[in-house]
Amino acid sequence: MQPSDSRKTPLTFDTIEPGSGLAAALAKSRADIIGEVSASNLKGRGGAGFPTGTKWNLAAAARVHGEAAKYVICNADEGEPGTFKDRVLLTAYADLVFEGMTIAARAIGATRGLLYLRGEYVYLRPHLEAVLDRRRKAGQLGADILGTPGFEFDIEIRMGAGAYVCGEETALIESLEGHRGEPRNRPPFPVNTGFMGQPTVVNNVETLASVTAIFAKGAAWFRGIGTEKSSGFKLFSVSGDCDAPGVYEFPLGITIAELLERVGGTGAKAVQVGGASGQAVPASQFGRRIAFEDLATGGSIIVFGPGRDMLHVAKNFMEFFVEESCGQCTPCRAGNAKLLEGIERLERGACSSAYLNELVRLCETMQVASKCGLGQSSPNAFLSIVTNFQDEILGRTPADR
Amino acid sequence: MLVSQQQKLQEEIRALVARHGRTRAALMPVLQELQEKYASITDFAMQVVADELGIHPSEVYGVVSFYAFLHHEPKGRFQIRLCQTISCDLAGKARVAKQLENELGIAFGETTPDGRFSLEWASCLGMCDQGPALLVNDRVYTRVTAEQAHRIIEECRSVFGAHATQAAHA
Amino acid sequence: MSGEVKAGQDTSRAPSSQRIQQVAAPPDVLQMIGGQITVTIDGTDVKVPMGTTVLEAARQIGIRIPTLCHHPDLCVAGVCRICVVEVEGQRTLQAACAYPITGSLKVKTHTRKVRQARRHILDLLLSTHYGECYSCKRNNNCELQSLAKEYGVDFYRFGHVTESQYPKDESSYSVIRDMDKCILCRRCVRTCIDVQEVGTLEAVGRSNRTRISTFLDKPLAGVVCINCGQCINRCPTGALHANDTSDEVWRAIDDPTKHVVIQTAPSPRAGIGECFGCEPGTPLTFQLNTALRLCGFDKVFDTNFSADLTIIEEGTELLGRLYRALVKQEPAAFPQFTSCSPGWVKYLEHFYPEYIPNLSSAKSPQQMFGAVIKTYYAKTHNIDPKDIVTVALMPCSAKKFECNRPEMAGSGFKDVDYGLTTRELAQMIMEAGIHLPDMPKSGFDDPFGDRTGSGVIFGATGGVMEAALRTVLELVTGRKVEKLFEHANIVPVRGFDGVRYVELPITQVADEVPALIRHVIPTFEFLKGATLKLAVAHGTANAHKVLEDIKAGGKLSECHFIEFMACPGGCIGGGGQPIPTSPEIRAARARAIYAEDMESDVRKSHENPAVARLYSEFFTDGPCGHLAHELLHTHYTARGKHIG
Repeated sequence: MQPSDSRKTPLTFDTIEPGSGLAAALAKSRADIIGEVSASNLKGRGGAGFPTGTKWNLAAAARVHGEAAKYVICNADEGEPGTFKDRVLLTAYADLVFEGMTIAARAIGATRGLLYLRGEYVYLRPHLEAVLDRRRKAGQLGADILGTPGFEFDIEIRMGAGAYVCGEETALIESLEGHRGEPRNRPPFPVNTGFMGQPTVVNNVETLASVTAIFAKGAAWFRGIGTEKSSGFKLFSVSGDCDAPGVYEFPLGITIAELLERVGGTGAKAVQVGGASGQAVPASQFGRRIAFEDLATGGSIIVFGPGRDMLHVAKNFMEFFVEESCGQCTPCRAGNAKLLEGIERLERGACSSAYLNELVRLCETMQVASKCGLGQSSPNAFLSIVTNFQDEILGRTPADR
Repeated sequence: MLVSQQQKLQEEIRALVARHGRTRAALMPVLQELQEKYASITDFAMQVVADELGIHPSEVYGVVSFYAFLHHEPKGRFQIRLCQTISCDLAGKARVAKQLENELGIAFGETTPDGRFSLEWASCLGMCDQGPALLVNDRVYTRVTAEQAHRIIEECRSVFGAHATQAAHA
Repeated sequence: MSGEVKAGQDTSRAPSSQRIQQVAAPPDVLQMIGGQITVTIDGTDVKVPMGTTVLEAARQIGIRIPTLCHHPDLCVAGVCRICVVEVEGQRTLQAACAYPITGSLKVKTHTRKVRQARRHILDLLLSTHYGECYSCKRNNNCELQSLAKEYGVDFYRFGHVTESQYPKDESSYSVIRDMDKCILCRRCVRTCIDVQEVGTLEAVGRSNRTRISTFLDKPLAGVVCINCGQCINRCPTGALHANDTSDEVWRAIDDPTKHVVIQTAPSPRAGIGECFGCEPGTPLTFQLNTALRLCGFDKVFDTNFSADLTIIEEGTELLGRLYRALVKQEPAAFPQFTSCSPGWVKYLEHFYPEYIPNLSSAKSPQQMFGAVIKTYYAKTHNIDPKDIVTVALMPCSAKKFECNRPEMAGSGFKDVDYGLTTRELAQMIMEAGIHLPDMPKSGFDDPFGDRTGSGVIFGATGGVMEAALRTVLELVTGRKVEKLFEHANIVPVRGFDGVRYVELPITQVADEVPALIRHVIPTFEFLKGATLKLAVAHGTANAHKVLEDIKAGGKLSECHFIEFMACPGGCIGGGGQPIPTSPEIRAARARAIYAEDMESDVRKSHENPAVARLYSEFFTDGPCGHLAHELLHTHYTARGKHIG
């Protein structure tokens, strides 16, 4: 009944001495800090996989407007269904996350950091505040951090309020600015015009903790893990029909089959990689690799056992997207509702192939015409069952329910 | 609301704004604190917040109505939010949901007439490895079974004391 | 038009997602490329300044990209997505209205992907768009409808709602909201928050429950709304329209016992041609007179007459205030604010009720005329006022509210029975089978047939100020205004800058005060050497700026007289004017108005013989006298912002 520790494998983060990453970073020049991150080939752990070094470089080069300063934001709005590794990180490795933010601040010249914590994790707040307090007292936050003259940086925790879309970085910024969490037009990007119009780096919790690890152990070490295009280790949030759901660490490049072996999920019918906005991979493709070059993911793995009804799964996802669409742009607001309606038709066995094909084309429109990643990726759930489980969803009778 | 209560609330909001800053960026923290204290954000409070931050009440309402965790309508002293997302669904959230409705005599989206409990769906709570999960205010419960639903409710009821419980049954 | 009120700049409170995004480029880069970038759109090269949007660039070379949420008066939203185009190298399509050009680009505007996306977006919008086109106010003038035609929509691909999902809000005298027809483009929201700073309308809820609504979803009549109707003018569909009273007007015309008179304001006359396919800025004043008589109106009067009357009353009030303050050392509220824009008046009543004493107590020309018709005209023509129906053709939706204010019945009868918008009257004329531009010209009816150019220019921002100055300067200095300003065109108060400030030194004064106003101000001597400080503001977002400056004791607090118009551009850009509206269209209408002024024989209000006659025959105790106060002046209501 009370939450238990989710960790199922030892994590590399256990081996990182808090403080060592920051100390190593502060010994470097700003350009070298960014150079080190770029050399590590670290890509955003939230799912989109944007190279972290490039992002920092852009923010470092961006001009501040007026007298204000740059910002570092930690995106702790972990809302992707099936993802909970950030919760574990914030619970057990908060120091590493804050340290990553501090390193980012040093790199881009920011003086203020914000951690946007999802409303559902409000119970973590006292713990996080305590860690921040301790860090302030230890001189790891505040003025002249660790004796570095002129390096001033502090972190504030701000709460989300139950909106998945705020995981999208510009919606998150809108929310921080006191608006409805509606994504902005891009360009300009936050690295130029972010929070309060200032250059802003928004990084995922795991990305920032990984930065700390990189400085503690070196970019070469990090690059030695994983594949050529997908360097490093990655946390996976595993749930669904397997023996040991929980948080796992694997090097990037692991196949689904290997992963299922480790979590006790062999015999699965399909695996959802990347959460609701990812895709349902059928058993025939379990040889595929989880890496940026094949199946990119923020780490959500949901295992579907042999008896699961994939239409039911897709319906759950579409209900989620209908509810979580910010409602701003037409393709996402109205498109998700149409896809859900289509699933309900399929459930009733009342969907013609012609209409189903129309919906598939609508998915294509949503993917290319929606304003943000939510609407661009929400059709994936629909598309993957239509592609991979067509015989299961067409011509249903009441007995199939 | 009585005038004196309004004045008190007004002062309270002014203090909140003074603490968080008189900018629109203070809107969410101010609303969140109000909500935490009063379980909802009243018409009057929204207008005072708008005034203090120099924005329009409709904008405050637009924000309140956007976020699932901000409410304009009064909610129960205990807000129960059951995760409806896939992992908890696979783990059997439907039966927990049914039992919660049975225990409280209300459907999801409703508040008990005594104002003690609200029942709501939540999107993923991030407890996917330990589902079904639910939040009671800011406390999280995992691996909840239909049988445990009753115990969770009783635990909350005990806060109101035996006297109150009897009154509720009467 | 560069100075015109444009949302999204300095004071905008719009979410950044809907604000004009400034793209900062290092100055040396700008230098290098001369600030100009060449982009290729559908194979054609076009050179544009850095930061130009793809939409603007395409328009420059005649490539049409459809839009719905985009509007030239408003900041970027990028929400409808109908304007998506393919930009080479981008994984997804980009919204042309929101995509700033910062480097050379290759754009394709009608590939298969683009066409499919646009068609789908239309299909999705239509799937939730309830109502039939032929029973819609915007039939044949609807942007959704014309795009459906353009993109060959011949069936509802994703279905179509068959019953109403929202109750219509018909609570307001001025503006009716029909969410069933809303496509959530948020033009109204951006108008209401950015251009007008009123904030009545906002997006509420989220997901597919998102709707445009008011505070707590209350009816418009129950919230802070100034009735300006700017939202109506920018709505692409029939989701917003004015509260149409043309049926009641027809009923009155059809009733033989009723004497139905109509007054027409100059702005609708400069705009109504657009409803009949004329170019913006085609004045049809005298053709309209003929058409109105054919429709069955018994008399056709010119609101210019009462505009002149307003100038006399309001100008006298201003001089009186100056005299009280400077000579008698009595309290008098300065600056004096104009009161002829009912949207502005309600704005002040809601947001700055403490400044009500500054508002001129003079009624607007519409109301003055109504009062004169039901008293002086009724008496001289021997018609029982209860049988007179006064109709006003106005560019305005707020005028509908104004004529229903309970205080607007000083004679015991409602001054004005019905206010019609330009659009509604055009509809009535069409219904009568009349093609307005083909009508022969005819004049206005007596006894109010005399009119001046001063009354005409009331329609453009700065016009009331200019008209007042023509009279006040001439009376005070004793010199012809033409001597002070060429052709009596007081150019400094003209233009479209949101707030304009002017100082006019008074170097000499007339020896004698004209008899008409001597009871209010016995001498002008005290004004010698004084400097009149004046300001003009249009669009209530600019009114907000002015009032905040006054509150803070800024420069504008030292003004003597400030003209406020609720609508951008003044009445020519009113909420009752033909749709669409844009800076160019407003400028064209303004040109028509200033041309009509130049063509007038008499151009100063105090020289209007009909006005002089009215004072000698009826308001015998003069401007601001007892009877004038009863019939031509009014009072205001401190409404405040709180919504109970």
